[in-house]
Amino acid sequence: MIEVLQLRLQRFLRRVMTRPRIDLPLAFGLLLLGICGLMTLYSASGGSVAMITSQAARFVMGAVLLLLISRIPPAVLRGWTPWLYAGSIALLLVVATLGQVRSGSKRWLDLGVLSFQPSELLKLTVPMMVAWYLHPRQLPPSWKDIIAVGILIAIPAGLIAEQPDLGTALLVSAAGAFALFLSGMAWWKIGSLLAAVGGMIPVAWHFMREYQRNRVRTLLDPESDPLGNGWHIIQSQIAVGSGGTFGKGWQHGTQSRLDFLPEHTTDFIFAVFSEEFGLIGVIGIMALYAFIIGRCLWIAMEARDTYSRLLAGAIGMSFFVYVFVNGGMVAGMLPVVGVPMPLVSYGGTSAVSLLTGFGVLMSIYANRKMHD
Amino acid sequence: MALRRRSIKDTRGESALFRVRALAGFVLILLGLSVLVSRYVYLQVHRHDEFALRSENNRVKPRAIPPARGLIFDRNGVLLADNVPAFRLEVVPEQVPDMKTMLSAIRDVVPLDDDDIDAFKKQLRQNRRFDSVPLKLHLTEDEIARFAINRWRFPGLDVVPYLTRRYPYGSLFAHVVGYVGRIDADDMNRLDADRYKGTSHVGRSGLERSYEDMLHGEPGYELVEVNADGRVQRVLETHPPTPGKNLYLGIDVRVQKAANDAFDGRPGSAVAIDPRNGQVLAMVSVPSFDPNLFVNGISRADYATYTAAEDKPLLNRALKSAYPPGSTVKPFLALGGLKYGIRRPEDTVLSTGEFCIPGQQRCYRDDVRGGNGTVNMVRAIQLSTNTYFYKLALDMGIDRLASWMGSLGFGKKTGIDLLGEAEGILPSREWKATRSKYGWFPGETVIAGIGQGYWNVTSLQLAHATATFAGHGTPYEPRLVMATAAVKERPVPLANPPSGPSVIRKPSDWNVVNQGMEAVIYGAGGTAREAGVFNGFPYVVAGKSGTAERFSRRTNDYDTNKNTAYLATRHRAWFIAYTPTEAPRIAVVAMLESGAWGAADAGPIVRKVMEAWLAAQGGAVPAQNTPEKGTVTVPNAPEEFEDTPVATPADMPAGLPSDSSSTAAPEDGGNP
Repeated sequence: MIEVLQLRLQRFLRRVMTRPRIDLPLAFGLLLLGICGLMTLYSASGGSVAMITSQAARFVMGAVLLLLISRIPPAVLRGWTPWLYAGSIALLLVVATLGQVRSGSKRWLDLGVLSFQPSELLKLTVPMMVAWYLHPRQLPPSWKDIIAVGILIAIPAGLIAEQPDLGTALLVSAAGAFALFLSGMAWWKIGSLLAAVGGMIPVAWHFMREYQRNRVRTLLDPESDPLGNGWHIIQSQIAVGSGGTFGKGWQHGTQSRLDFLPEHTTDFIFAVFSEEFGLIGVIGIMALYAFIIGRCLWIAMEARDTYSRLLAGAIGMSFFVYVFVNGGMVAGMLPVVGVPMPLVSYGGTSAVSLLTGFGVLMSIYANRKMHD
Repeated sequence: MALRRRSIKDTRGESALFRVRALAGFVLILLGLSVLVSRYVYLQVHRHDEFALRSENNRVKPRAIPPARGLIFDRNGVLLADNVPAFRLEVVPEQVPDMKTMLSAIRDVVPLDDDDIDAFKKQLRQNRRFDSVPLKLHLTEDEIARFAINRWRFPGLDVVPYLTRRYPYGSLFAHVVGYVGRIDADDMNRLDADRYKGTSHVGRSGLERSYEDMLHGEPGYELVEVNADGRVQRVLETHPPTPGKNLYLGIDVRVQKAANDAFDGRPGSAVAIDPRNGQVLAMVSVPSFDPNLFVNGISRADYATYTAAEDKPLLNRALKSAYPPGSTVKPFLALGGLKYGIRRPEDTVLSTGEFCIPGQQRCYRDDVRGGNGTVNMVRAIQLSTNTYFYKLALDMGIDRLASWMGSLGFGKKTGIDLLGEAEGILPSREWKATRSKYGWFPGETVIAGIGQGYWNVTSLQLAHATATFAGHGTPYEPRLVMATAAVKERPVPLANPPSGPSVIRKPSDWNVVNQGMEAVIYGAGGTAREAGVFNGFPYVVAGKSGTAERFSRRTNDYDTNKNTAYLATRHRAWFIAYTPTEAPRIAVVAMLESGAWGAADAGPIVRKVMEAWLAAQGGAVPAQNTPEKGTVTVPNAPEEFEDTPVATPADMPAGLPSDSSSTAAPEDGGNP
């Protein structure tokens, strides 16, 4: 029995070493990031063993999913795409009718054992669907195709924004938009579309909920309301700023330990990181994020067909949106939106869904172009 | 079509285009990250000094002060739920050098059982290492003293004062007042986190739960200065909390105790209601439990004892146990017959001992072989003549029967101010359609006429219906709490307007049924007169017994075994009554889960409740004009009223009514 297992292990290792099905540099980058995340969480949670174990469990679950999905060839994924897209939209509709309300928004589906946010699935199925749609078509896309893609993105994004979960809606739309961008959409078309979106801002303001408007207002002038909405922004900036160049050292950030920093294990964990590791740490982790995104784009360039290319590129680029929106929010540059720092923030299903996305990338890598 | 498209797709050109776009995208991303980093440079380098200073000064933080929970009193101001100071042992995990050694060493000083350790370890995992975790609640004086001596051995451990809940009457009010329990993770999701900051307990059952919102109060806060370790250096500013409101029940402790004692431990329940306003005057469920055990976490052994007990002490029988009401529904049915004009009081029915639906084989029996002969309505109630009511039910039809009984509150919640009330079952076509594919059979209407078959009612429902009748048809939702009082203010009565118009239109209808129910007590052959239940009671009582069979009859033979113990295993005994009949002031229902006969077994319980109530009124029913109909009387506040928001002295021995608070001691036995 054991010998059989040993034999299998050896065979597996040999195969992995000779013709790896996963991209080792990317896997290494993710591992490094995960370790940084757990270290920061240990400090931010005040050494809570329960939180560390549950976060590590999520990482393990995500890694297993990553390995499983990397085994599915992109061509198969492409065949499934319309069904996956339709299925995830159906789940969104289920949530809209039966979902659980937690802290004022309806985004959770309770499956008894675990509850999850179906909106997380859309972060993957939307770029898949856009890539699927553009795959057989003449590129660069025509206005007609652009409008079709716009509808494919707008349906789920609208449903998610309605929950309300603006952060996820933003991420989902960005993922789809990046696929469109990578497909070679003409610059002037991009420009006119962005101008149109800019023109919509006053309209959007009209449709925003009061709490969302308040978040924007307090961003513009946080000191006006230091004990209410401005509290997050001010305390987070104090944490970041007081970290200085070299930081206060691991487990020595006073802002989170003394409870001044709210949400210091989830959305604002990067403030703890900045406080404890300083500017050096920030630059280091940003370089790590840049490396991961660059590696994703490299895999995309090496991909065999349009579908794989667009999907890989879109996943990689949407990773940037997480980092930028969360990092900007912590630094008081962007309004408070529920976007986690990828693989660093505690909880939610985001770590699992992110790693699933990287599973798709690994699959694309495994089926890359053969160089002559 | 797709094929044609693909054929003109320029794969190589597309790949090149993608390469350009990917590079452009990456450049944009690097640009974006640079913007982000430059913002961090701005905050962490250019404004570092400013933020470092603000972080240094970030030493003042708000800290919640939990409010004192409202107290609960009986109608005369006797304390039923109290806040008493207690001490608990707390651990700051960060400051303990070795948790294992500490835990084994502390056991010699303060005895801990496995439950304490388990709860502690569970919370330890959830908490942050510098937040204190309670290790043991409710330390005894001895334990505090021993810990004080050994304190130097245990860095990171401290004895902290807190307020805990105490129920001086223990099990007597357990099913009414309920209890509080420690807030757990489930509660945290349910409760408003801001209102419960610093609060350790929340109402779990009974009034503690249904009036949680009022009892809790509003937390205050203080601004404290902390040092670099987060320890409080001094308090800068205090905004005191608003204590929760005190509750005053309609129940009199003495009546409650008399009702409880009347059961003598036999499982059952009793409810007394003031027909004029719906105030509950007594509500007991026997057996009961000690709510004090639940406050600081009940031990597994104690809990297992309660859940394993065959007579289910944790079950509130008055509220949640529904049983067939038997003959107690007969007066209500008679009233329906008058209302629908199906019967005039003088109409007679011949009872021969057996009633057969015309054209059917199956027959239904009277209690007595040979029947009661020719009876009119009053006599049918007095003798509990089944045949009369079989026929009445059949003539009325199930739809009118269900609609009439429904208007008296059967088959639905009474609306009492407690959670978890059972609805019982009111037999009707609609109810049956939800349970069975068969339609309604006439035979089911017949047995519904004597409160058997599908019927299920709770003691509370029956008391509510009896009170509604006694109050000449005006329904009131039962209310346990009659008044509330904010801190240092006089109690304010809670309004309880009638829940609908009177269900009795003609006073003569009421008089006929009342006459029948008086005859039950005083008439020759009346079921309660036979048992001599109300002999010598100074006021006129009207009532009705009910003896519901727990099993269906299998043979056609009369059961000749008259052994009481044998019958008790087969019957549930009910008795409903109100007094005085000229202007009813109290309606009482008693139910024994295993009673041989309604009148002989449940009747005396009703009498004892009425006697205790009368004694509490000073031995005589007050003149009718003093308290207006529908208004609530508020007791004179107790002497210690001025300082009620916090703990009052624990001068009352647990489980016994304090003599100081009783103006008149209940007379045992009453008139012979």
